[in-house]
Amino acid sequence: MSTAATQFKRDARRLTADLRHRHIIHSALSQYEVTRDEKKALFQDWQGARQLAAGIKWEAVNHLDRYVDQFVRGLEARGTRVHWARTGQQARDIVLGILKSRQARMVVKSKAMTTEEIHLNEAMEGAGYEVVESDLGEFIVQLRGEAPYHIVFPAMHLTRGEIRETFQRKLGGAPSDNPEALTMVARRVLRRKYIEADAGITGANFAIAETGMISITENEGNARLAAALPKTMITLLGLEKVLPRLEDLALFLPMLATVGAAQLISGYNTMYGGPRQPGEADGPEEFHVILLDHQRTAYLADAEQRDALHCIRCGACLNVCPIYRNVGGHTYGTTYSGPIGAVITPNLRNLQDWKHLSYASSLCGACSEACPVQIPLHHHLLRNRRNSTRQKPCWWQRTAFRGYALVANSCRGWGLVTRLGRFGQKFHGLILGSRLDPAYAWTKTRDLPPIAAQTFKEWWRRRGKTRA
Amino acid sequence: MSERDHIFERIREALRTSAPRPGAHPWDSAGSAGLPSGADFDRVLSATGRTFEENAALFERNSVDLATEFLRVDGRDEALAAVVRLRDREGWKRVASHRGELTDAACAALGLPVHWTGAADDVGVLEQCDAGLSECDALVAHTGSVLVTSRSAGGRALSVLPPHHVVLARREQLLPGLPEAFALLKTKYGGNYPSMISFITGPSRTGDIERTLVLGAHGPKKLTVLLW
Ligand code: SF4
Repeated sequence: MSTAATQFKRDARRLTADLRHRHIIHSALSQYEVTRDEKKALFQDWQGARQLAAGIKWEAVNHLDRYVDQFVRGLEARGTRVHWARTGQQARDIVLGILKSRQARMVVKSKAMTTEEIHLNEAMEGAGYEVVESDLGEFIVQLRGEAPYHIVFPAMHLTRGEIRETFQRKLGGAPSDNPEALTMVARRVLRRKYIEADAGITGANFAIAETGMISITENEGNARLAAALPKTMITLLGLEKVLPRLEDLALFLPMLATVGAAQLISGYNTMYGGPRQPGEADGPEEFHVILLDHQRTAYLADAEQRDALHCIRCGACLNVCPIYRNVGGHTYGTTYSGPIGAVITPNLRNLQDWKHLSYASSLCGACSEACPVQIPLHHHLLRNRRNSTRQKPCWWQRTAFRGYALVANSCRGWGLVTRLGRFGQKFHGLILGSRLDPAYAWTKTRDLPPIAAQTFKEWWRRRGKTRA
Repeated sequence: MSERDHIFERIREALRTSAPRPGAHPWDSAGSAGLPSGADFDRVLSATGRTFEENAALFERNSVDLATEFLRVDGRDEALAAVVRLRDREGWKRVASHRGELTDAACAALGLPVHWTGAADDVGVLEQCDAGLSECDALVAHTGSVLVTSRSAGGRALSVLPPHHVVLARREQLLPGLPEAFALLKTKYGGNYPSMISFITGPSRTGDIERTLVLGAHGPKKLTVLLW
């Protein structure tokens, strides 16, 4: 078993038994479900909207060369510097290069999963820059030295008491554990940072090919400030973020808010096409856009799973996933958790080391149903399983399934095994829950239902006899 | 070869095998369906009002949910009087604004020191202002949003840095939905877009602490929209 798999199993076992953790996640998400459904109902045709969204994303991803080219030309025409990074290392070097050339000292960031993906904060801090996360949730987990728990709600796993304690320890005070008071503490601290920061780093939710703009969705206004006050703005985004036309946002913005945060639309949806233009009052002198490949083109080559690149990182699949809700976001040990993480991580990193994520699923399909762009997530989980055993067949599993096929394909064999099982189960109680139990992997956390006293066939045969 | 060329080569290589369009049957030729039209969007998105009154009512309902203060006034003079009332209620000492027909008139009516954005390197001053007054490009009834750009509303910081954002809008600026707002942007700015375009929906908000809604996370704690 890979180290990642061992860690996943250990943490999953611990957290599924942690009732407090389960309670926190449950209460965070149950209100979400109600409000999300209300907002969905406002659409005249939600399923139709999903279909359109999936079609638009398909068009963009399957003509990626054309749209990325158009996007970049539009940006460059207005003085944006565009950079290309095939690897995380290249992307980090580009950012550090920009910061150096701008003689920056402090960097304020708005939420960007791509920067988590390439571990940008560590690189910047290692190079001596002060890095401040400005999204409240990210700010909290940054103070705690943790990774985001959820791609949309980074601090979902924390209680107000824990957050207050963190603020007291790291910021030297928090008057109460009231969420409003805590938010105001963060507001005060971060205000100063925005004003002093030399560079702002953001991600992007969409890249508009037609007009050469990035689009950022947020609620707090922190990305707006990070894109307004510092003299340099840097945006890091994956190649797959493109949408063909500006008006496509009329569909995607409300859909993203509906499933992502159960809102009609998010607080700020902002498009940026360049640095401060002549005649504008403010804005950065330089705007840099870094396009990140980081295995995305490799993913694109897999036509069967290419549609995983349609993902708009709304987090809806996480919110509905029974596995995510029980094992929690950190257990995955990846940047992208939940169903989408379980689909893409094994392909982006290493199939054999990460395949356990694709196995940790009941295949209930709630994720695929929740997905606004109709990615068939649970089918992709199965495809990952298939690919992993194809790539590295496991001899004992094969043998076991061959044996099973042999028994299950023969009437007599099946009958014999059923009778043996029924007989054996009588003594199961003696070893139940101990390591001697051959079904220990199952019985340590679950009940083993008794084999029926009579199979259908036996019943049918007897019934025939009594009739006669 | 540059990194850009490398990446394009990899994309083209990858796209040599085609993937089926979602919902398409194997016998459809890939890509024939094209992009959806505005009519397709209208069919799926939520219904909006047909008349000004209906849309104003929709905007008002959304404002209640969002904690936006929405004030409908009768004509320009009333609007100016309403701004003065806001000044007294909130106790403004100094406001920030930008040059514009409506904002000029409002600032004159206020009779307070005004910080005009773009005048000097002004982040510190702007932060000290009690309110930011701006015009807008449109109001969107369906979502309760205010559409501003860096050209029409005094740059990027004016609408997010001061603790109270006041928007002045004329009746014809109220649009039913987002498709109309994007169409407006296209006709208004065409090939020469401002560097920032923003849909502002309600005051700044966060739910990051136990999913409890708090207003004024980083941006304005209050948003007032005046429409006449
Ligand atoms: S896979 Fe779908 S549901 Fe999950 S985050 Fe991506 S877009 Fe959202």
